[in-house]
Amino acid sequence: MRVILRNQGKEVEMAGRRRVRELLAELGVLPETVLVIRGRELLTGDEVVREDDVVELRPVISGGRATR
Amino acid sequence: MKCKKCGGKAVLELRRHNAAFCAEDFVGFFRSQTLETIRRWKMFGRDEPLLVAVSGGKDSLALWDVLLDAGYRATGLYLDLGIGDYSRASRARCEAFAAGRSARLLVVRVADAVGAAIPEVRAATRRPTCSACGLSKRYLMNRTALEHAFPVVVTGHNLDDEAATLFGSTLRWEEGALARQSPVLAATHPRLVRRVKPLFRLSERETAAYAFLRGIDYVVDECPFARGATSLAHKEALNRLEDVSPGTKASFLLTFLDRARARFQAGDPVSLQECARCGQTTTGEVCAFCKLAEQVRRAGAERPEAGPPDGEEPAGLRGLVSDLHAATEIHAP
Repeated sequence: MRVILRNQGKEVEMAGRRRVRELLAELGVLPETVLVIRGRELLTGDEVVREDDVVELRPVISGGRATR
Repeated sequence: MKCKKCGGKAVLELRRHNAAFCAEDFVGFFRSQTLETIRRWKMFGRDEPLLVAVSGGKDSLALWDVLLDAGYRATGLYLDLGIGDYSRASRARCEAFAAGRSARLLVVRVADAVGAAIPEVRAATRRPTCSACGLSKRYLMNRTALEHAFPVVVTGHNLDDEAATLFGSTLRWEEGALARQSPVLAATHPRLVRRVKPLFRLSERETAAYAFLRGIDYVVDECPFARGATSLAHKEALNRLEDVSPGTKASFLLTFLDRARARFQAGDPVSLQECARCGQTTTGEVCAFCKLAEQVRRAGAERPEAGPPDGEEPAGLRGLVSDLHAATEIHAP
């Protein structure tokens, strides 16, 4: 599978199929910090990503605020 | 995973609610949470015209979408920070959204008011970028609302933003900041417009999911100046706690508002007066924004995209309120 890491501006290839929650754990990504997108659908943690899938991990954390 | 409401296939799990939703029911959940927050916190009335600060990001466009769908008279305000491609892309998203929804959008350029775009302000003042940017945005939101007679400014601050701010203030025990943290900042002076945050109970992941499911085209890339910002480190720390114990962020913020904030308010009496230069509110004689504009002028910063003619003073010093109309573009539906 091809995993697009939007926040890091890179893509990684991973062999085999696995559940979304296992994929995130393997990549060290906290589930609360991303949307997992396949095509036009959002995936929950129990969804299985197949070998030929392309998924995007879209970051949801934004903002910047200097210490006051 | 099944939708808690209809039993159909879920697209989003919300661990802190011990629930999952399908696309349609999540959109309904998001809207009802937002509208319930507006009602419970008495943020604004059904007939009040709203000025919604929009950045082109997921939170503010999701909020604008909910408000327009609910029938509110919601005008967008885009503050152009002048941050190169990032600002151009952000503005384009706001304009496209406004056009698609036949909504009114005001555009104010920070460079016209401060005397320089945000990237140049740092060089001119040595003030942290996010600090100067935040100050300018708060000031211009208030000023624009006053000039166009909006009784309330609505911002897209979400649960993560508010919890991270509280976390930072608590780490340093900043009593003044703790006293002022609220989803409703009242108009405590005739020249201070009420500011409210209807998304403060919804997480960033929820606003991102709403924007995605609604097909809202928002800027995903982060502001280039936000990298390494303290608030992002605070958000990461809170998300690690949230991962171990879902509901931590909401509990931290909501119990503070419920039980602790009043204690800090009691010890933080603030006396506001009008700035001697621009007439907006300040605790001193000259407001922080006018001081910033003065610093920029002294440093001789030039506006990068549309600077004043040679020999002309930066707009920030020409009388900030009277300059507003020249600096405001209105995209009428």
